[in-house]
Amino acid sequence: MELVTAYNVTDIRKDFPILNQTVHGKPLVYFDNAATTQKPLPVIQALTEYYQGYNANIHRGIHTLAEKATAEYEGTREAARQFINAAQREEIIFTRGTTEGINLVAASFGRAFIKAGDEIIISTMEHHSNIVPWQMLCEETGAKLSVIPITDEGDIILEEYEKLLSEKTKMVALVYVSNSLGTINPVKQVIDLAHGYGARVLVDGAQATAHLDIDVQALDCDFYVFSSHKMYGPTGVGVLYGKKALLEAMPPYQGGGEMIKDVSFERTTYNELPYKFEAGTPNIADTVAFKAALQYVNNIGKAAIGEYEQELLAYGTEALSGIPGLRIIGQAREKISVISFRVEGIHHQDIGIILDTQGIAVRTGHHCTQPLMQRFGIPGTSRASFAMYNTKEEIDRLVQGLHKVRKMFA
Amino acid sequence: MKINEIQDEIVNEFAMFDDWSDKYEYIIDIGKKLPPLPAEYKTEENKIKGCQSQVWLHSQLTNDGKVFFEGDSDAIIVRGLAGLLIRILSGQKPEEVAKADLYFIDKVGMSGHLAQTRSNGLASMVKQMKLDSLAYQAKLGQKI
Repeated sequence: MELVTAYNVTDIRKDFPILNQTVHGKPLVYFDNAATTQKPLPVIQALTEYYQGYNANIHRGIHTLAEKATAEYEGTREAARQFINAAQREEIIFTRGTTEGINLVAASFGRAFIKAGDEIIISTMEHHSNIVPWQMLCEETGAKLSVIPITDEGDIILEEYEKLLSEKTKMVALVYVSNSLGTINPVKQVIDLAHGYGARVLVDGAQATAHLDIDVQALDCDFYVFSSHKMYGPTGVGVLYGKKALLEAMPPYQGGGEMIKDVSFERTTYNELPYKFEAGTPNIADTVAFKAALQYVNNIGKAAIGEYEQELLAYGTEALSGIPGLRIIGQAREKISVISFRVEGIHHQDIGIILDTQGIAVRTGHHCTQPLMQRFGIPGTSRASFAMYNTKEEIDRLVQGLHKVRKMFA
Repeated sequence: MKINEIQDEIVNEFAMFDDWSDKYEYIIDIGKKLPPLPAEYKTEENKIKGCQSQVWLHSQLTNDGKVFFEGDSDAIIVRGLAGLLIRILSGQKPEEVAKADLYFIDKVGMSGHLAQTRSNGLASMVKQMKLDSLAYQAKLGQKI
């Protein structure tokens, strides 16, 4: 019996005009989605509509355009709240992206709650943006950074994590999905274990949010950060979710307009949540358009997208495994649609350049996870990451491209 | 041969190829044939920063006032590019290298193709070769 599926990738691709082009004379195959996804027409249109119709500074204006802009901006906050099932809109802080969200927590939560002798736990597979802010905090405060080891397959070792936990642990910062390996980490377990010691948990959701169903209340994480541009929205916008009581207890991150209630030279009182953490005129246009991305994903459905991407992952894993000398880095129990690989005797940079001549875009290098590369004893990988608009035919093109690479460097 | 004569020669060689696949085949071939840099020169000091692959460049000034370059990389295409640069600039006078206009990069179409990303290391290699040559000029007591 043939299954009738509502998922129509041909129709979806029509919504992404950028995909319809040739690169070096070949139809573009865009497999660099873990770096940034392409944007569907509704997002592009929302940007244009904002600048053509109601560009105005938000929150304090009393004129019509300012009110419309404010309503749309706050509309995105509500849409983001629903998207990750946060309890209240005050828990949604707009940032420039995941990196800024982590820096905000490290700086503000750190200033208030981390002192010498405390411990912060991260994992081996963190992106530099979930390593460096904590290192900086440790240098400032005298706290200690511990690292959860991983297996050769690319899974964190929970037993080792449990050994690291103690009453001294104040923060566990973990990537939900590894950008280099595709590993889906057991964040719920990690969170529950941390809470047993009274530690707080920040989940780096940069790679997870476009692929998995996110429910911050069910996860019970204390902070959750993600970026719009990795989930079909514009660049320059991200979300920091934090539990309200925690955000209330944290000092402001940056000072300036928007985040204040009253300012005098003697004393300044701060605005309430979420504005306390949103100093200055925010990125209004991109934030407004981000809502269109959230709606676009909702319309197609996370479950359908997830199922389709798993199909691509399985197809791609099998197809690439058939290439002589190719080794997949990252074979975790659960993965999203990311395949990192090395081809014996060929540098990843050479692979990337030759694939580009075939019109195929992959990412090569250390993927901002140098400690993880050191763990595997490699300088870098080539990485193909699939999104909702990719196809099996495109994976076939990658396979052909890699055969050509092998021939050229033989 | 003068720098520009060699550049013109290279531009003519590349003109024979129809597409970038063939041009890369040629660059890869140069990369494969480039003699490896002796291990003693593969030092941290000789490493060029800002490249996705590891790139080393070693230079020396001979008694007759000419600068010689050797280079290496763990990526073949970068080795090939290093080979092209060495063919053009090695054995020239430091002042010629320092002021060289490397128009071959544009003329063979490389600027649009790969020179814009710093990851390929081409621009970094050129810069290092020129810096070394400026240092030799100073050493020779020449005005820079």
